[in-house]
Amino acid sequence: MLRFITLRLLQAIPVILVVITVTFFLVRIAPGGPFDSEKPVTREVKAALEAQYKLDLPLFQQYTSYLGDLAQGDLGPSFKYPGRSVNELIAAGFPVTAELGFYALLVAVGIGGLAGVIAALKPNTAQDYIPMSLAMIGICMPSFLLGPLLVLVFGIHLDWLPVSGWGDIPGDKILPSITLGAGYAAYIARLGRAGMLEVLSQDYIRTARAKGLPEWQVVLKHSLRGGLIPVVAFLGPAFAGLLAGSFVVETIFQIPGLGRFYVQAAFNRDYTMILGTTVFLSVLIVLFNLLSDVLAAWMNPRLRAQFGH
Amino acid sequence: MNTQTINDIAQAEQGTSLWKDAWLRLRKNHLAVFGLVTLVLFIVIALLTPWIAPYSYQAQNLELGASPPSAAHWLGTDIFGRDLMTQIMYGGRISLAVGFVATTVALLIGVTWGAVAGYVGGRADAVMMRLVDILYALPFMIFIVLLTVVFGRNMLLLFLAIGAVEWLTMARIMRGQVQSLRQQEFVEAAISLGLSPATLIRRHLVPNALGPIIVYTTLTIPNVMLLEAFLSFLGLGIQPPQTSWGLLISYGAETMEEYPWLLIFPGLALTLTLFSLNFLGDGLRDALDVRGAKD
Amino acid sequence: MALLDVQDLAVSFVTRNGTNKAVDGVSFSVELGKITAIIGESGSGKSVACYSLLGLVPMPPGRIDGGRALFEGRDLLQLEESELRKIRGRDIAMIFQDPMTCLNPYMTIGKQLMEPLVYHHHVKKEQARARALELLAEVGIRDPESTIDDFPHQFSGGMRQRVMIAMALINEPKLLIADEPTTALDVTIQAQILKLIAELQEKRDIGVIFISHDLAVVADIADQIVVMKQGQIVETGNRESIFHNAQHPYTKKLLAAIPTDSKQARGGVAEPLIQVRDLCTWFSQDKGKEPVKAVNKVSFDINRGEVLGLVGESGSGKSTIGRSILRLVPVTSGEVLFDGTDLTALEGRDLKAMRRRMQMIFQDPFASLNPRMTVYDTLAEPLLLHGIENRATVGKGVLKLMDDVGLARAFVRKYPHEFSGGQRQRIAIGRALATRPEFIVADEPVSALDVTIQAQILDLMQQLGREYGLTMLFVSHDLAVVRHLADRILVLYKGEVVEQGSGDDLFEHPQQPYTRQLLTSIPGRSLLA
Repeated sequence: MLRFITLRLLQAIPVILVVITVTFFLVRIAPGGPFDSEKPVTREVKAALEAQYKLDLPLFQQYTSYLGDLAQGDLGPSFKYPGRSVNELIAAGFPVTAELGFYALLVAVGIGGLAGVIAALKPNTAQDYIPMSLAMIGICMPSFLLGPLLVLVFGIHLDWLPVSGWGDIPGDKILPSITLGAGYAAYIARLGRAGMLEVLSQDYIRTARAKGLPEWQVVLKHSLRGGLIPVVAFLGPAFAGLLAGSFVVETIFQIPGLGRFYVQAAFNRDYTMILGTTVFLSVLIVLFNLLSDVLAAWMNPRLRAQFGH
Repeated sequence: MNTQTINDIAQAEQGTSLWKDAWLRLRKNHLAVFGLVTLVLFIVIALLTPWIAPYSYQAQNLELGASPPSAAHWLGTDIFGRDLMTQIMYGGRISLAVGFVATTVALLIGVTWGAVAGYVGGRADAVMMRLVDILYALPFMIFIVLLTVVFGRNMLLLFLAIGAVEWLTMARIMRGQVQSLRQQEFVEAAISLGLSPATLIRRHLVPNALGPIIVYTTLTIPNVMLLEAFLSFLGLGIQPPQTSWGLLISYGAETMEEYPWLLIFPGLALTLTLFSLNFLGDGLRDALDVRGAKD
Repeated sequence: MALLDVQDLAVSFVTRNGTNKAVDGVSFSVELGKITAIIGESGSGKSVACYSLLGLVPMPPGRIDGGRALFEGRDLLQLEESELRKIRGRDIAMIFQDPMTCLNPYMTIGKQLMEPLVYHHHVKKEQARARALELLAEVGIRDPESTIDDFPHQFSGGMRQRVMIAMALINEPKLLIADEPTTALDVTIQAQILKLIAELQEKRDIGVIFISHDLAVVADIADQIVVMKQGQIVETGNRESIFHNAQHPYTKKLLAAIPTDSKQARGGVAEPLIQVRDLCTWFSQDKGKEPVKAVNKVSFDINRGEVLGLVGESGSGKSTIGRSILRLVPVTSGEVLFDGTDLTALEGRDLKAMRRRMQMIFQDPFASLNPRMTVYDTLAEPLLLHGIENRATVGKGVLKLMDDVGLARAFVRKYPHEFSGGQRQRIAIGRALATRPEFIVADEPVSALDVTIQAQILDLMQQLGREYGLTMLFVSHDLAVVRHLADRILVLYKGEVVEQGSGDDLFEHPQQPYTRQLLTSIPGRSLLA
């Protein structure tokens, strides 16, 4: 197992390097410098600014210097918020996004996984059709549509729940978490159902029944593990999707998280912020992918043995 | 050939090919048929929009402003008094076009890549699929946002960017297909007959790999459309004066408290299309029995 | 009184296309201390009949239409699921066909073994473990202490079946239902497992239902034999009466399908058509590991017109030899001379020309035909490719082939999925014969077929072999079949030739210990000889 993790970590390094490099040069070749727009600045001021942000150096030196800073965990200063570093902005926004993502993941895995398992136990009955129809709606109802609709119904029409903010009023975390998690709950429900159906049709399930085990033991002890491996393997991609989804959800619900900062930075052409956030999120996604892969492999004794020694 | 043989063959009972079999099964699946009909309807409307749209795309009526559905404007008007149905029809053209074009891009790259990797095998396969693995690990969504920031917002870029994300899955599926087909005994039989590789691929590999490709193509289109709508909602995709369903939903969300129909109708159009595609895709998967061969 | 007494059992499956009577008025009984064998081909309802007793047939689509199954005075068919569950795994236990898929891959075998004991008798973990260790030792697992916490994938097929047996017996059931328990195993392993089941049954004095498609397998162990066909019992009798005094034509047909004779030696001059010299086919593994030597330094000749039998268990390399000769797998070293030409050196046009002269018949009739091509397309392809027929005459050629392999001409525009396994194998034989080859590799051509169909296909191959003047390499795991068909037999073990000789020589004077072991493993040898 340790070898497997080490191997995957080593493979992750080039991926992260590629991300950093591509992002860096993409941002640098973007048309127009960060200080071109809005109010014109004098040549001297611009030169001073460029010196401050090391834009006067040759491109390759900028790159190596950025890598050097990065190695020390320094993502550099923000272009648009003078005096504030990208590190500070991320430190301010990320905890909120992480919390939102965590709740959304709970919604996705909890509700989705349960629905999938329940549907698979009695395929082609109401117990299957109802959760699966809901899942289909969840898949076809993107967060940027579901969010406003939820706000319209529960926030405005019924006036049950607050429609914006994060941690300001009790209950204001409910709608954003559901909005972000619903689509993934739907996906996980379908994945879980397929996985469980596959396992339940295996010969060893018949063996378990022939032993006289009651159905709940057959499901819990013999089916769940194999059936949910695809769900666990999906958690990595789901995490990446949740982060991207947070861009939208944080915008809809006016949540001061990293996603909203990122979108704002994109509009403001705050290049260091974009660069820093991209690198930060990429590393996070790569690590989470690794984690879910390791977890899925660990759940399978055959793979576990293969990488164990 | 003498007439006797011709008659013998012509009069022999026509078998049911797997395609025909699949079609018969698909026809029994009401949801899939619903999806197919809706989809065809939407495509036809999208193609004919310039001729059948009730109002011109630019026509404004600032005096009227936002009005709820009425006899003159079936789906109401937006804050500039523009007919919403016309807006949705034109937006649908863009949304569907993005869906189909970007999927085609993904299909072409993915199928070629996967087929070559699966057929050649060995080291080339290892290198090619390693690359796919690495690309898979990249946070593409973030990259697309980045690209639109860097290069401005244009449609071509959107097609390419989305296509570039979606081809990865297609390549994996195609490679898996080709690899498993290559180990089938009927392919070995074809090799031992002495068929050339080109004929082998054309007659024995492609027809048998087609089913999964059709299914995954059908299921990729809604993904692509979602991606487009997502970006447009954030203001990073389609730009005015052009419009798309994602953009309309984004406008609708801003004013939903006063004018809920501006959110609901574009949302309905998008959701209905995604439903249709997913139902059709699921139906095709069952009908073509993509999971495994059955006897 | 019988341990289990089944009367007029009827089970059907309700599907969209109508109701299918899987078991139709079946009656049989099992005595304590006796083995009752239920014999039937696929679709005979033999498994459904037994599964339905334990409530293991999914309902719907399954449905019990009637009958009675008295087990210790209680009618199993009338019991609630909760009552039945108490009987399953405690009083009646089961073992299944494929030991590779019947154990949970995510659980250690120890846990799986202890489960029935813990569940039914609420035994403490330590006691259950001790009992599991005892049983593992009893079924012949070496060093149970160190293997009990291993996962199923760490065991071979035969060992897994032993674990299954231990699991079935851990609650000391009164009745054991064994559903084709040896079908997925190699012949020497099969013999060991059969012996083990018979021993354990005798020692515990329990009743056993042994379900099999193969009469020969049960010839040594069954007390009572029930023969089923299409959901009904055609004949019931004790072992002697079934084997020596069968009444029903179907039973006779089953018996006749077991090949017992040895092919008569052929005369004439021996002129080698195929000469294999030091053939090695190795498959490379991951870096740093030794390659798998599937075929290692194998040399033999096949004379013109001869049928050479190639016998071995799984992993012996027998299929790889056939594929190496036909250049379907890359050869590592050595020579294969076909009529004097070294096949391993050929490329392009020359190779294609040689391919016409040698063809292959595959094991799995479901996988060996392109599912998207009609019979016509499948048979016309080789005819046109090698210019044997032109566009104008190809139809005639196709029909001639269909006549030759015994397929009705009316089927010419049908697709493979519309045929039965036997018919598909006929199509595959037709395709192989289309190029008018001189040499054919037949790789287990009948092992995926029901026994009566097996006999038909073997007859067809023999007849066509004579008509077309074929030289044949017949690859099989089944010594009896090979003996019936082959002029000479080559015994393979782990990629190397162990022994060769005529069928009679080999059967009567085996030289090598491995050959002797193979021979004694042939099921039902004593009764049939």
